[in-house]
Amino acid sequence: MNRLFSNIVGSFVEAWQELRIHKTRVMLSLIGVAVAVCAITTVVGLGAVAQQSIVEGNERSGGRSATLSLYVGTPDGTPVDPDVMQDLWTSTLDRYSIDYASRVLYSSQTVQFTDGAAPVTAIGVDQPYGTMHRVKLTDGAWFSPDDADRLAPAVLVNQIFYDRIGQPDLATHPTTTLLGGVPTTAVVTGVYPVSTWETEPAMYLLTDTLIALTPPEQAAMGGLVPNYELWVPPEASDDLTTAITRDFTSALGATTDVQLNRQDYAAYNEDPFASIKLLVGGVAGLVLLLGALGLVNIALVTLKQRIREIGVRRSFGATAGRVFFAVMMESIVATVVAGVVGVIGAVLIVTNPVVQGFIAQGMVTDFPPFPVEAALLGLACATGVGALAGLLPALVAVRVKVIDAIRY
Amino acid sequence: MTLLHLAGVTRTVQLVDAPPLTILSGVDLDVAVGDRVSIVGRSGSGKSTLLNLLGLLDNPTSGDLEFDGRPVRSFSSGERDRVRGRDVGFIFQQFNLLQGRTALENVMTPLLYAQGKQFWQRARIATEMLDRVGLGHRLGAMPDKLSGGEQQRVAIARSLVRGPRLILADEPTGALDLETGADVMALLDEVAAGSGAALITITHDPAIAALATRHLRLDHGVLTVTDTSAEPDAHSGALAAVPA
Repeated sequence: MNRLFSNIVGSFVEAWQELRIHKTRVMLSLIGVAVAVCAITTVVGLGAVAQQSIVEGNERSGGRSATLSLYVGTPDGTPVDPDVMQDLWTSTLDRYSIDYASRVLYSSQTVQFTDGAAPVTAIGVDQPYGTMHRVKLTDGAWFSPDDADRLAPAVLVNQIFYDRIGQPDLATHPTTTLLGGVPTTAVVTGVYPVSTWETEPAMYLLTDTLIALTPPEQAAMGGLVPNYELWVPPEASDDLTTAITRDFTSALGATTDVQLNRQDYAAYNEDPFASIKLLVGGVAGLVLLLGALGLVNIALVTLKQRIREIGVRRSFGATAGRVFFAVMMESIVATVVAGVVGVIGAVLIVTNPVVQGFIAQGMVTDFPPFPVEAALLGLACATGVGALAGLLPALVAVRVKVIDAIRY
Repeated sequence: MTLLHLAGVTRTVQLVDAPPLTILSGVDLDVAVGDRVSIVGRSGSGKSTLLNLLGLLDNPTSGDLEFDGRPVRSFSSGERDRVRGRDVGFIFQQFNLLQGRTALENVMTPLLYAQGKQFWQRARIATEMLDRVGLGHRLGAMPDKLSGGEQQRVAIARSLVRGPRLILADEPTGALDLETGADVMALLDEVAAGSGAALITITHDPAIAALATRHLRLDHGVLTVTDTSAEPDAHSGALAAVPA
């Protein structure tokens, strides 16, 4: 045990001495490895940001996994009686204890701005929608259950809307006038960010509020048929789909077309990011392979110059195993150091706000922390490359004949 | 106590397109702890090959080679390396100091293959050894900053730092001038005597060979005794030349 321990420590000491003495050569040979590790860690790290960007984008549009969307259609195309639908909807949510569900109603409201009235996209939602669609606000707060009782309805506006009303302090309860059937004063209670490609003002209102604001003639034209969304556990989505479809069909009649489908991004395959991961991993692996080849090349050339030293060490009692381990350790210690440098570089790159902004394109509100798995992957790759690059020289070193080596 | 026993040792090497070449033939030799043996011979006589056999760096083609009463053939590869590291110290003609390492690091190198106290206290032990060979003030000097004599002193310190029972010196003064060579040999003899180790010196310098108590000649692979002297005073003149 004592021999094993001193052998291991001794090998590290030898490896470190070798690195210290040949630091210029080592540094030059390791630049490739450090760059490769930095590249592989960076692409994995940035991949996480890009993936988060895609996830958030998908969740905003399609909802989180698993979001079910309910469609009810009659044979003659007339909408189902809203009161009947509402009762069915409410009883279904109660029966299956679904906490996160929302009606979503897309409409338009004319809003009075200081520079004139303009049509604004109005999205009517229920209070859980904010969580279901990961709506993040830059200011203010999402709807609370009490907002349904407000006399002056609450609206959450996008940044463009907010800019047009002069970015008032929300603590002052700024208002805006909605020119619906009856002009209504609404209170702006929150602001949400926009993607880079959005150019028009928009706002969220509670569905009931939006229905109340909609002129009867517009409602009569069939403009008030909401979508129904439910956020349920993915593992229960199939069973719930069957049960809810059955309930609605039995309540509305067999001729009614009831469809309940998943609409979230995860509904289509097991890993929607598999292709991206494969591409990124392939490129990073290639970069690493090139770095490793450079390292092996330099290690073999260097070994030729160290034959005599190895012979001298053998004459002083270094066993073949010890020489093998020392040469391997030298390579591994060096590449681990290069790996740490590469990972630090990758962290600096990935967490740089400019880079993050470029990758996220305004789509990410929850920037993921630097992924630990990327750092571990980088270090593991560095260690693996070190072991592989050290293996060949180590085998050559062991086969050195001591007598010939001393005279080399 | 017999440390090395060789009986009928031969060493041949296979050559391409030629019959095997016999380098050593029927070598008989016994070396005891504390012996001072010199082996002289012309270039190509097989001196270095014999030294490699004595240092457990090579195997005889035939014959018996025992180290400390055990046949060398019975040693495993690792055991042979460990015995060599523990009991044999090498001094080379070209010093073979490890470049880029200080004198202290060079002397510490054999201790990296030791265990226990020798391993963990290697810096202290190496420092004491360098002090003993008069280089306590050059611990941090690189080999290329040392004179030839100093380099060989470092090599002597390195070979003795683990307290070997056998010291093998291959032309230890071959790269030194006469005066420095005499100084180095006197030092080697003194330090070896102090540790009780056997010293086998291979040389073609009669003056260096004369410092030993047993004189052997190697001619075309055949080892013969030329003279045996048990007079320690025979080399007192050379020792007197060692600086204090």
